[in-house]
Amino acid sequence: MSKTRQDLTWQELEIGATIITPGNSDEYKSGDWRSIRPVVDKKKCIKCGTCYIFCPDAAIYETEDGFFEADMFYCKGCGICAQECPTQAIEMVEEEE
Amino acid sequence: MGKRIGLEVSLSAAEAVKMANVDCIAAYPITPQTHIVEHLSELVNNGELDAEFIPVESEHSAMSVSAGVSAVGARAFTCTSSQGLSLMNEIVHIVASMRLPIVMILANRSMSGPISIWNDHTDVMSIRDCGWIQVFANNGQEVFDNVLFAYRVAESQKVMLPLIINIDGFILTHVIEPVEFWEKEQVKQYLPDFKPVYTMHPDRPVTMGGVGMPYVFSEAKVAQDEPLIQSKAEIITAWKELGDVVGRYYKPVETYRMEDAETLFVTQGSFGETVSLVVDALRNEGESVGLVMDRLWRPFPFDEFREATSQAKNLIVIDRAISYGGQGGPLAIDIRSALYKGENQPNITNFICGLAGRDVTINDFKNIYHRAMEKIKENPMEEDFEYYGVRGK
Ligand code: SF4
Ligand code: SF4
Repeated sequence: MSKTRQDLTWQELEIGATIITPGNSDEYKSGDWRSIRPVVDKKKCIKCGTCYIFCPDAAIYETEDGFFEADMFYCKGCGICAQECPTQAIEMVEEEE
Repeated sequence: MGKRIGLEVSLSAAEAVKMANVDCIAAYPITPQTHIVEHLSELVNNGELDAEFIPVESEHSAMSVSAGVSAVGARAFTCTSSQGLSLMNEIVHIVASMRLPIVMILANRSMSGPISIWNDHTDVMSIRDCGWIQVFANNGQEVFDNVLFAYRVAESQKVMLPLIINIDGFILTHVIEPVEFWEKEQVKQYLPDFKPVYTMHPDRPVTMGGVGMPYVFSEAKVAQDEPLIQSKAEIITAWKELGDVVGRYYKPVETYRMEDAETLFVTQGSFGETVSLVVDALRNEGESVGLVMDRLWRPFPFDEFREATSQAKNLIVIDRAISYGGQGGPLAIDIRSALYKGENQPNITNFICGLAGRDVTINDFKNIYHRAMEKIKENPMEEDFEYYGVRGK
């Protein structure tokens, strides 16, 4: 797609702003909302996947070595993963300019 | 030619909805809309109209059901008045943005309070900016014809917008008038089947009424307003073709006895018929007066209005609604802004009257005329308005 959804003119919208490509919400960058970001301390992480289950944006994925990481395109910085992590392995750090 | 019969306007309106062969009627009873919906329920019950009649639990549901009906590609009708319109307000705005061609008859009634069941235009004016096409009717025949016109315009793929037919509560809804019904053949000729652009269907999934993030919301709004503005062309064509089929021609702005008229009354809805008699009487008395009736309210027919009033020196705009704290009634406000840039700007006076069904008789309109002439003489370009006939004013 040469044009992203953010560049569409009013003439290019479907009638009634109907969405005809199912699942296109994955193009939406909720990462834009983030002011703090989760950082995992791998020494404390027990690879339980609780953060993965609780993330409301399904932003967390499992890496090849079995740890869990957040995709910064989607992570909105809510801090739920840090709150739920049983070993306090996740710290929320300020995003810098 | 169709059959001409005497019938209560509400019942003939329901008969027109039957002729439009709607698929679903979702409505909640409210005075003075009740007879329209009651008669439709009878027509469905006795098998004359093959449609779903859904007696919903509120007007909010009436419009929500109509949204769903229209979204699957079926023809939806609903009908309400004043407080009922307020209750459905949320969905009224949404269906316009979703471009669902629902048709609604609004039996105009005052917005409470004080509590009132009688007629004025404060209900429709409260949703003036909801994005629907809005027309007014002068009489029962217009109501009948405009129901078929409404589906024809609303469902046109160039338009795809919902449409409100305003009819004055009691003053029109409850009177018996001669109405010429259409022949089935004429309906067939005039009103094609509804062919939606997108529909809710499991085999062709789409999302209607989704979120519009700030980066797309303004574009979505322009994509909604442009077709409303452009719909005027389709509206004019549909009225012209209606005339070709049944012999009655309608225009966005209707005029009466305009020859050399210095002063023009401007009205909306059933006032037009009364004022036409006033114009006759005043003409007999030697006054130079005519009448302009605004039939199309949204999109506002700016060009047609400017043309109709281009020779006039004075306008007397009659409003049946209040814009609290504003500069007169909603019709006068739009007319002033329509004529603001013109060269020969007429003097514009504005009278608010007929609230909550208070009678405005031929004599009252004569008084209004003389009062307007007095005011214009005293203070020509003053942009004021007046409540007519209010004790203590
Ligand atoms: S901060 Fe919130 S959005 Fe980001 S990964 Fe953690 S739970 Fe998910
Ligand atoms: S919840 Fe904590 S311990 Fe469990 S996988 Fe996530 S970061 Fe590791």
